[in-house]
Amino acid sequence: MKWSLIFEIARALMFARMKQTLIAATGVMFSITMFVALLGFMNGLNAMLDGLVLNRTPHIRFYNEIRPNPNQPIDQSSTFENSLNIIRSIKPSTSRLAIHNSEAIIRTLEEDSRVLGVSPKISAQVFFNVGTIDLTGIVSGIDVEKEAELFAFTDYVTSGNFADLNQTNSIILGKGAADRMLADIGDVIQVTTAQGNRVQLKVAGYYQSGLGDFDNVNSFASIATVQKMLGEPPAYITDIQVKLKDLSLAPPLAKEFGNVFGIDADDIQTVNAQFETGTNIRTLISYAVGITLLVVSGFGIYNILNMMIFEKLDTIAILKAIGFSSQDVNRIFITIALTIGIIGGVLGLIFGFLACLVIDQIPFETAALPTIKTFPVDYNLKYYLIGGIFSLITTYFAGFFPARKASSVDPVEIIRGK
Amino acid sequence: MKDQSKVVLEAKNVDKFFYNPTETQVLRNVSFQINRGEFVSVVGKSGCGKSTLLYILSTMDTDYKGELFMDGERISGKSSNYLSQLRNEKIGFVFQFHYLLNEFSVLENVMIPGLKLGKYSREQLEHQAMEKLRIFDMQDHARKKANQLSGGQKQRVAIARALINDPLLIMGDEPTGNLDKKNSDIVYNKFRELAKDFGQTMLIVTHDAEFAAGTDRTIEMEDGRVVNF
Repeated sequence: MKWSLIFEIARALMFARMKQTLIAATGVMFSITMFVALLGFMNGLNAMLDGLVLNRTPHIRFYNEIRPNPNQPIDQSSTFENSLNIIRSIKPSTSRLAIHNSEAIIRTLEEDSRVLGVSPKISAQVFFNVGTIDLTGIVSGIDVEKEAELFAFTDYVTSGNFADLNQTNSIILGKGAADRMLADIGDVIQVTTAQGNRVQLKVAGYYQSGLGDFDNVNSFASIATVQKMLGEPPAYITDIQVKLKDLSLAPPLAKEFGNVFGIDADDIQTVNAQFETGTNIRTLISYAVGITLLVVSGFGIYNILNMMIFEKLDTIAILKAIGFSSQDVNRIFITIALTIGIIGGVLGLIFGFLACLVIDQIPFETAALPTIKTFPVDYNLKYYLIGGIFSLITTYFAGFFPARKASSVDPVEIIRGK
Repeated sequence: MKDQSKVVLEAKNVDKFFYNPTETQVLRNVSFQINRGEFVSVVGKSGCGKSTLLYILSTMDTDYKGELFMDGERISGKSSNYLSQLRNEKIGFVFQFHYLLNEFSVLENVMIPGLKLGKYSREQLEHQAMEKLRIFDMQDHARKKANQLSGGQKQRVAIARALINDPLLIMGDEPTGNLDKKNSDIVYNKFRELAKDFGQTMLIVTHDAEFAAGTDRTIEMEDGRVVNF
């Protein structure tokens, strides 16, 4: 059986009921448009909200935690091996915050093929001296280039030049902290460290992450500046941040590296579990809404095809009488359904893309999100593929039952029936 | 093709029952043969089973007892796909009411069984379809939509369509039954012409005595039986 003839007959039947065919195709188009726009917008928002935290969060973070020594002397004594030992008021031992042998650790990590990049960091508790008032804060010593490369640091430096941070004694202040200190770019502020060292730092820019609490407390300086502030040697580092090539490997790798280096390691999944949950649920809801729309348009196609078959019983009977098999008739109506699906689907994808472009232009400015000027939209090809495939699947099933009905029409009954 | 294929169609002991609402036997032990080139009519009173017989012979109705041979080949019990192909290739149909597909032009209507058969290219079929239309004096209407024709014209196009694949046999179910006298005569004359000029084998069910009188042979039916052939 030649498909060209089936297409020709399907086309003729569709042209005969042009209006209904168009309505069915419009239904599909509308649902695909909504599906694509909804998922694009929803996932754009998801990516942005996740990015707020995840972009800046290392996949694995190595550090030394201050805590009591878990191996207390009494537990190691054989005399008290089988007794329940209770020690009150244990204090943390004088362990160092600094990571021992940090340079070797960094070198090892950088050579590992699973690691995308490594960035060292120092956290220092400070007081900002503003007149008679001391504001508490944290100054993070960072490797400016690596921080920019791995953690999108530049995105959050809203004014000033982040490269100025490479000069010693300059600082990028959190926006909240800067507002409280009334510190302009170029001003010099005074900082006291927890050890009592006083340092003068020049403000090189503002940092705004979008999380208010974070911006009130956190400021950034170069590693050398912070080492100098604390009076520590150049090997002094408190955190090593690692970005992996594959995010999902973080938990096992954190465990592996933690054991090898003998330090504490946190992975991103454990620290930020709630973000993934939120993302998953939002995605689930948008898929549910999109697929519901498609199913509804599928019922529209089902209805219209059923009506068409009822109207065209004579045509079907004649086709069968002149030698078309049940299979051919079935194919004709499946072809009609799929044509509606393809035309509606393609138009829907195009309009969906246009809708995304429109959403992308809608202004969305908020102080909390300095890098966002318009609504975020995700143009991932995945949603277009899913939308396209679903439009074909739903129209196929919408056409399946009417087509089966058409193929089982008994020509004798129709021809004799009049 | 075998020599004994002088017999185009043969029915052997065909029985047919209707089960709705109660079991009724509509055909009883029907047996006959139709030879190549014969113009045969089937007559009988309304309800005697002549249309039922025709639809069994046409392979569209497969629910019967007995045997059917077409062109020397036993066709009882073949798959419906096979029978569709057989209808397409070897049988041409002319109905009482259902003439043409309104979605297509006259020319396309004639071509569709040919396109389905797929033996010739589109251009060749178009040429052949025009030839067939010319036989019925319908060539000037070839580009019209089917629903723009009158009943008599439609029926002539329907006969042209039945001829497109040069079928072994043309079957008609009261092809003139729904036409006025004038058109009925035209159609009747065309059938005669086909029989005489082209040697076309034809089996026509009719209750028009005049029509039947003009055929080579008349099969008479009564109460589901063939009483005279």
